[in-house]
Amino acid sequence: MPDAHEGKPVGRAVFLTTVAAGVTSLLWGRGVWSRVSSAISPVESLVPLVPTGGWRIYTVSGSMPRFDPATWRLEVGGAVGRPAALDIHELRALPRVDQVSTFHCVTGWTVKNVRWGGVRIADVLAHVQPQPGATALRFVSAEEPYDDYLTMEQAALPDVLLAYEMDGKPLPREHGAPLRLVIPDMYGYKNVKWLKRIEVVPKEGTGYWEGYGYDQDAWVGHSNGYGT
Amino acid sequence: MTRYVRRFSRTERTLHWANALGFFVLLASGLVLYLPSLSVLVGRRPLVKDVHFWSGIGWVSLLAAIAVLGDRRGLVRTARDVDRFGSDDVRFLLGRRPAPQGRFNAGQKLNTVLTAAFTLLFFVSGMLLWLGERDTRFRLAGTVILHDGLMYVSLLLLVGHLYLAVIHPATRHALRGITLGTVDAEWAARHHAKWTPE
Repeated sequence: MPDAHEGKPVGRAVFLTTVAAGVTSLLWGRGVWSRVSSAISPVESLVPLVPTGGWRIYTVSGSMPRFDPATWRLEVGGAVGRPAALDIHELRALPRVDQVSTFHCVTGWTVKNVRWGGVRIADVLAHVQPQPGATALRFVSAEEPYDDYLTMEQAALPDVLLAYEMDGKPLPREHGAPLRLVIPDMYGYKNVKWLKRIEVVPKEGTGYWEGYGYDQDAWVGHSNGYGT
Repeated sequence: MTRYVRRFSRTERTLHWANALGFFVLLASGLVLYLPSLSVLVGRRPLVKDVHFWSGIGWVSLLAAIAVLGDRRGLVRTARDVDRFGSDDVRFLLGRRPAPQGRFNAGQKLNTVLTAAFTLLFFVSGMLLWLGERDTRFRLAGTVILHDGLMYVSLLLLVGHLYLAVIHPATRHALRGITLGTVDAEWAARHHAKWTPE
């Protein structure tokens, strides 16, 4: 076997270098990638198949809820004086807000400059007369058993909204049609999709992902093992 | 009458096709998890996630089992072959000729080395994704980018590999070696001049 002993051990060097580059990229990869993806984002809009800086669709159950405008209602109840059920037209008749914000997923991907259209939570709560002493809201998804909680203070942050439009179009099914919670300062798992019910509750309970050990207060960059 | 010589042992061929099978199953299920259009089309994310995760575990276990139960000494010899790059290999990669090659040409060696490194990185980043969903201590900001990035570079490598193995006239004869084990002795003498078949 003359071949086996000829030359230098380049193969193992390439192997180890590649593995080392890959493993260390766990620390530097995200910064480099965000620069690359913003550089190629014009191309991305032409080739929608490659979601470079884009969305991934996360669901927890076997099928995605379907929106039927005829039967869909947003129920608002719990510790309230006057429970309500708003259909999509009633919801759209409330004062409209538009905002552009960045969406952060706890798994590490980010979508910049998402254009949301929707309503403030306060305008919905005005219909139901929340009882004094209630400190939190429970957001229940039509995708069972998904739910999550915000405190009243968190829900009143200036850029929190219930969105029925995304990037100028009605909220697509995979993004939670017809209505989702948007709280840009918190990771995506707090941004409950397929909203069907909001409950005013005395205090926060354990949401779906919190049940798996995720942080109750999911501040971007300061929770779930990041920046702590 | 064509004379054939043995290029790949049964262990090597099994390893190759087990790797290919695992890669395609993981690619398909992974794309369903990754591309929004496919996620919506297929749905059933928890099931697809399980398929992806257990295929990954199965893939790595299968490769390990074949290596352990198969011709280990042969594999070690092959690994040594793949590790060593001589001056002819450098000439080969630079496109200079003549650059007589051994049982593997320099490009095949590089492909093997990179594929092995990517497999390890796929496994590590995949396990971190799985663990990170269960325990925040395993969650790192770059994991999902590494896992997705590996998919892109592996696809590029695969496209090149398929082109050379199936289409490119000078190398496509090698397909016979990885399926049946044997290659045309004349072809071997021309393209792998420094290799002495056993």
